[in-house]
Amino acid sequence: MGDATNSSATRIISADREFSIRRFFLQWEWMLVAMLLIINAVNVSLSPNYANFNNIMNAMRDFLDKAIVVFPMAFVILLGEIDISVASTMALSSVIMGISYREGIPMPTAIVIGLLTGTACGFINGIVLVKFPELSSMIVTLSTQIIFRGIASILLETKSVGGFPTWFGKFGWGKVGSVPIILLFTIVEAMFFAYLLHKTKFGRRTYAMGNSTTVSRFSGIKTGSIKLTIFTFTGLFSAIAAVFLASKMGSVRPDVARGYELDIIAMVVLGGVESSGGKGNILGTALAILVIGFLRYGLGMVNVTSQVIMIIVGALLVIAVAIPNFKESIGGANWYIKLTSIGKQFNKR
Amino acid sequence: MNRLKRFFFANIREISSILVIILLSIFVEYRSGGNFLTVENISDLLTETAILSILAVGMMMVIITGGIDLSIGSVMALAGMIGTTVLKNNRHLSPLTIIVLAIGIGILSGFINGTLVAKLRILPIIATLGMMNVFRGITYIISNGKWVMQADMTPEFMQVASGKIFGINNLVVMAIVVYAVGYIFLNFIRTGRKIYAVGNSEESARVSGINTVRTIRLAYTIMGAVAGFAGILYVAKFAVSQGETAVGYEMNVIAACVLGGVNISGGTGRVQGVLLGALLLGLLNNAMPLIKISSFWQEAIRGLIILLSIIVNSLIQRNVEAKALRRRNI
Repeated sequence: MGDATNSSATRIISADREFSIRRFFLQWEWMLVAMLLIINAVNVSLSPNYANFNNIMNAMRDFLDKAIVVFPMAFVILLGEIDISVASTMALSSVIMGISYREGIPMPTAIVIGLLTGTACGFINGIVLVKFPELSSMIVTLSTQIIFRGIASILLETKSVGGFPTWFGKFGWGKVGSVPIILLFTIVEAMFFAYLLHKTKFGRRTYAMGNSTTVSRFSGIKTGSIKLTIFTFTGLFSAIAAVFLASKMGSVRPDVARGYELDIIAMVVLGGVESSGGKGNILGTALAILVIGFLRYGLGMVNVTSQVIMIIVGALLVIAVAIPNFKESIGGANWYIKLTSIGKQFNKR
Repeated sequence: MNRLKRFFFANIREISSILVIILLSIFVEYRSGGNFLTVENISDLLTETAILSILAVGMMMVIITGGIDLSIGSVMALAGMIGTTVLKNNRHLSPLTIIVLAIGIGILSGFINGTLVAKLRILPIIATLGMMNVFRGITYIISNGKWVMQADMTPEFMQVASGKIFGINNLVVMAIVVYAVGYIFLNFIRTGRKIYAVGNSEESARVSGINTVRTIRLAYTIMGAVAGFAGILYVAKFAVSQGETAVGYEMNVIAACVLGGVNISGGTGRVQGVLLGALLLGLLNNAMPLIKISSFWQEAIRGLIILLSIIVNSLIQRNVEAKALRRRNI
């Protein structure tokens, strides 16, 4: 018991602990790497043309528009919250961007208007949650999800807007050398968010809030402004994803990106971010993007219908969350050890 | 007089719901030029709302435990699809068999959701979001992309939804029965009270000897049963069953619960409130086309109503708590 208490206390409190080979290889990330290797091995055996550089780059272009939203969503889930409105935010901001362009506003300005729209959507979610902390983010974003998509369909009904300038298509289809622009953007974004989460005060505070908002608030963290910032970020990056998606499709419709929130949340949760908050990292999330993305691509290659893919992604989401919980329920009163160890740590101080 | 006053304050939420319904009816009657308060339209409204209100009872129990079920639209589609596919291949089966089959499928799906949430401790929203896709995918696979059309269903089966008892539509009668059972279950049966206890504080409920895992699982199982039942009524009513049946219906049901004063963080909610919430939502759905609001607006308005009503709910709650604090000081 004493041993267990100590180890879990260090696990929670200290950031730098001594290296242990066993712990190093027991990390969830290795599991993801293994899954990725297996999926790619299967893909290679399915299609001889799969394993060339250009093909893999094209495959990645298919799913990276979702990946853009995954990193801010990881922050949201680390907080112990959830944002279901991201797909609707994407739809609304791309629709408003399209309409601005149709009304004669030059494309760069229209893009900025689209980004502002997404930021505003995220801000609305955030401000409601900060002003009413007793409301769960689930129900708030569930209703804003309907509202944002609803506004998009009021504006555009069932029509679509297209005919964007040719340079706009470069976002989705363009390449630097032989690497797609969207991949470069995602890598930079991942590095930015990894830095933000692992190397800044903001990141440490996010972890703290995910463990306990109340304790964080009493220790002097401005919980409201952190929550607001994270939700606004999510809105902004949803809008950026919408720009890439619109560029790839060449037109915008109000029903664009329907159901994306499932894939996005599944990627975050599969990446080892605990759905109740406070635990997870960017590396795992990035690996999970590749796992789900290549899985979808491979299944599409062998003509598995999108309905079956839907089942697999849904099941993957549930299983990814269930595995750690299952371990914990076997491990007995883990939550009790956690609680008592936190308490002891506080007493020592 | 004192007793009347106490009754008024104990039921203030229900009374204000009724007031809103009356005011809204007068407004719509006025704006639509007398097309609203006709016997025909009112019976239409009740029939349209019946399935929604049946589902709201189940959803209320899940929300009281502090959870949510996003998979019910998919469970409805799955139960409807399996029921009608079986009926299509065995036309001699009676409607009752099909309904029992659909409820059975609903129970099974609800049990899976409940196990994931209660036993494996997955957050309800994530578990049911995942299962929503699983059930929907299975529906597509069973349907094989085809629709089960009116011609494939027997007349007796469709009679379930369109028939009348004493001049009242069957669906309305069923909704009344479901509400009566739900009212008794949640107010007078021990298991029903346990649901409230678990919702108020899972920890205290466990300490006082309630099997919380079983209680939460039961709430989801009941939700599944109700969704299976509603699903088969839904396909009987519209005489068509397809992969897209009841997509997004869960939002309507959650809206009805929230409008009915069910606290989304669990613990509180009353059957009579949910009934009024469902009626209010049904009234809005029925009235919007009558006063010529385009169907494109309805979605956004519905979302706005949910958001506003949860905000108003929590403002009322804060007010109540502040008053209680002040009273204790004196």
